[in-house]
Amino acid sequence: MVAVAKTKSRTKLAEQAHFRTLRLPSPFQPRLEALAAQQDWYDWAGYKAPHALWDDELEYFAIRSQAALFDISPMVKYRIEGPDAEAFLNRVTLRNVTKLKPGRVHYTAWCDDEGYVLDDGTLFRFSADRFRLCCQERHLPWLLDSAIGYEVSVVEETQEVAGLALQGPTSFAVLRDAGFKGVEKLKIFDLAEFPHEKGSVTISRTGFTGDLGYELFVPVKQALSLWDRLIEGGKLHGIRPMGYTALNRARIEAGLIVANADFVTGDSAIRTDRLRMPDEIGLGFMIDPAKGHFNGRRAILDARQNKTLKHVLVGLEIEGNIPAEHAIVYHRGKREVGLVSAAIWSPTAKRNIAIASLQRPYGDTVVDDLWVEIYAMRELQYHKLMKRAKVVPRPFIKLDRRTANPPGER
Amino acid sequence: MKNWDVIVIGGGHNGLVNACYLQRSGLDVLVLEQKDWVGGAATSRSLTPGFVYSNCSYVCSLFRPEIMRDLELPRFGLQVIPYEGGAVFTQDGDYLANYRDHHAHRREFARFSPRDAEAYERYACDVTRQCRFIQPLLMRTAPDPTSFKPRDIGELIYLGRKFSDMSAEEMALTMRFWTMSISDFLDEYFETDVIKANFALSGIIGTALGPMSPGTAYVLLHHYMGEVDGSVGAWGYARGGMGAVTQALAASFQASGGTIRTGAQVEQVLVKNGHAQGVVLAGGEEVLGKLTVSNADVKRTFLKLVEPKELPDIFLRRVKNFKIRGSSGKVNIALGSMPEFPALPDDSPCYRGDLHFTDSVERMERAYDDWKEGRWSADPFIDMVIPTTLDPTMASPGKHFMSCFVQYAPPKVGGREWTDADRDGFAESVISQIADYSPGFRERIVHMEVRTPREIEAETGLTEGNIFQGELTFDQLLFNRPVPGYAQYRSPVGGLYMCGSSTHPGGGVMGAPGRNAAVEILRDLKRGANHVSAAHDVI
Repeated sequence: MVAVAKTKSRTKLAEQAHFRTLRLPSPFQPRLEALAAQQDWYDWAGYKAPHALWDDELEYFAIRSQAALFDISPMVKYRIEGPDAEAFLNRVTLRNVTKLKPGRVHYTAWCDDEGYVLDDGTLFRFSADRFRLCCQERHLPWLLDSAIGYEVSVVEETQEVAGLALQGPTSFAVLRDAGFKGVEKLKIFDLAEFPHEKGSVTISRTGFTGDLGYELFVPVKQALSLWDRLIEGGKLHGIRPMGYTALNRARIEAGLIVANADFVTGDSAIRTDRLRMPDEIGLGFMIDPAKGHFNGRRAILDARQNKTLKHVLVGLEIEGNIPAEHAIVYHRGKREVGLVSAAIWSPTAKRNIAIASLQRPYGDTVVDDLWVEIYAMRELQYHKLMKRAKVVPRPFIKLDRRTANPPGER
Repeated sequence: MKNWDVIVIGGGHNGLVNACYLQRSGLDVLVLEQKDWVGGAATSRSLTPGFVYSNCSYVCSLFRPEIMRDLELPRFGLQVIPYEGGAVFTQDGDYLANYRDHHAHRREFARFSPRDAEAYERYACDVTRQCRFIQPLLMRTAPDPTSFKPRDIGELIYLGRKFSDMSAEEMALTMRFWTMSISDFLDEYFETDVIKANFALSGIIGTALGPMSPGTAYVLLHHYMGEVDGSVGAWGYARGGMGAVTQALAASFQASGGTIRTGAQVEQVLVKNGHAQGVVLAGGEEVLGKLTVSNADVKRTFLKLVEPKELPDIFLRRVKNFKIRGSSGKVNIALGSMPEFPALPDDSPCYRGDLHFTDSVERMERAYDDWKEGRWSADPFIDMVIPTTLDPTMASPGKHFMSCFVQYAPPKVGGREWTDADRDGFAESVISQIADYSPGFRERIVHMEVRTPREIEAETGLTEGNIFQGELTFDQLLFNRPVPGYAQYRSPVGGLYMCGSSTHPGGGVMGAPGRNAAVEILRDLKRGANHVSAAHDVI
């Protein structure tokens, strides 16, 4: 016990030096640095992460035509284990965890007691009592407090686990040729362990692009060897590492939202009116009133019944080809009814698309006569455009290869 | 004999802010300062060749940017430099640092507790929400809840509306913030002693309360309401010491035609028929003024400068009971070289911020126990900064000015007055604490200025040396500051106003009391106040 305490205090002292490195290197940093011709980095939750390595447009087309490799290590990860892990997660998250079988992943979200969304993320179920929760923001105190009374342990493991997303039509072929036998059996949202080096890698058929794709998690020590194995396996399949700009384009096409970009998470919202219930950011489908008590249940169901939901998140198709990022949305060109949180010209859909938050009833029951005001800066002058916007379903693109079984090779 | 439009008693920062605004509205204003220099508790003085001290107040954050701009203080030399971090040394040879970078800050906390590291986000959000509620109130006269004047009713509605805009959760938090102890409050977020101590210090600075005393959570908020150029909650050094604030104010005042008389100690406010006529100086000289404004604290003003017979008994009783207890001292040190702290890496930004040695809330509370017993703390809490790490004007290169704010120091020692021997004992408690963490520290000392509550009161006139001109407890805030019914800068004596930190919104070198008092005076004189900017929007 004393020896343990001493080691702990030595580590604590050694960790003092962190202040010299404000942006942590990712476990894949040596590979990323070597490829980062752009040297265009941003801060992802305290990690140094690339906007683009070589050319963000070409990286995007790798997602849609071959295979793109993206470092997701900075994602916050919690290891949740114990006999009560299922019951605990069923209590704190929205979706019904009893329906999530071992070897499966689902996209879920969690709320505070008032029904406001704290974050969204993916829940991986490795076995009956072993889970991993991946998300954007940090929730350790909340998870620990919620765990009181459950036989479950919650450990933050962001820095211990490296992650990669491999996305695109040849991603299955890359994995197969990298020697992951049996990976073809993975259906969408399946996960399985595969041998790697002396340990194993968790591969799930998941992703953030709306395309065929996989996510891989390994202990950080095996990060580089996994990277190399994928690059080697992908040689003939056009594998290309990418930065966030390309991924962001793909995720907008897929209609997926990003915490603190498309909505403000509950614990970081300083202004009360920024808080959102699941139904207000398009996550209403996660709610399972039949599953019993979960965090925020009463508030969410009350809001539904009393029709007090104030906002709605919608997909918009906007005339023309100028992206409407952060444009104000108007009804009849006059009344301000919302804001565009993400927008691009979609290369795959060949449409001008956007994700927007509107004040109900606009976007909900009133969907006609919506407009967006775009300020397009061109050579130091704003071109002020008022463009018609139409509420359309998300995702903006639907690719059969995403769910095809067996997965396609190209 | 000249009859001034306004006489301001005391050339502290609030007196000068008040004088500046009144002079700029076309009034003929005279500031009377007892010392041979202006500044009150915001001064920079050289007591040994080659060194300048911030003798009392030593860091700047709360001073309202609206005032800096209105009074053109940058033009008159005011610069505020944000500081870079801070640290609490722990007794096991480590330290807990505060970094400006969000993620570095989190990782530093994670060295001690992963849970606390992530709890910081919610804590910071909750504190920010509360500050956003209070901040707009700083530059508004508190409404009188018993008045039926449309203005008071309007202000009450404004307050009520702000309050009702809150969610039930936030309202509950607000009530807790205003009433809880900082120790209990921090327990709701954090589990690690040193992390709690790191935040608790803002709850006790300047206050004769311990971290476990109810009401100290608000004191923390008070220290978080400031900013350096929009960076909310940040603290900085006034270049040239805190005297730079009052020097800039004095220069601004004089440039607009105002008059300052130093070495002019006011003995009495002349009152005739319930109306102030001016003042009598030590030596008997009478100076006449149509209006008189006191920058002195409420006790000094009404218990020493105004004859009791001129005051209603209930007012007098409340002034007597106003809590303005001495709780802190100050040790200013001129150093021949930069002190070393082996626990802290040489390239740590924490040297350019505030350093502390009290690594648990319990030690802080024990230090307060000594105060209750009428002793200075044997193991004091020290807020230590070395401004010369960022300010080249206060010492020559390689030499440093170190400012130590020290708690607790009682107004009287065991019921009797402080003696010089007490003062030296108090200083030794500080030096020995620093020397424990900094080998060779004593040898670096070139000169030292030691100020117990006795010295602070003698020099600045602050009753008991209380730096806020009265405790910032909820019973003495808003429309209760300094006393109910007189929270709008007026007094029972006609033509006699208050503009010191005894009034809303309190101390900390904000300048808001001086500014708000000027607005009320201009209202009484039916003069425009267009040159007084409203508080910046909180969006």
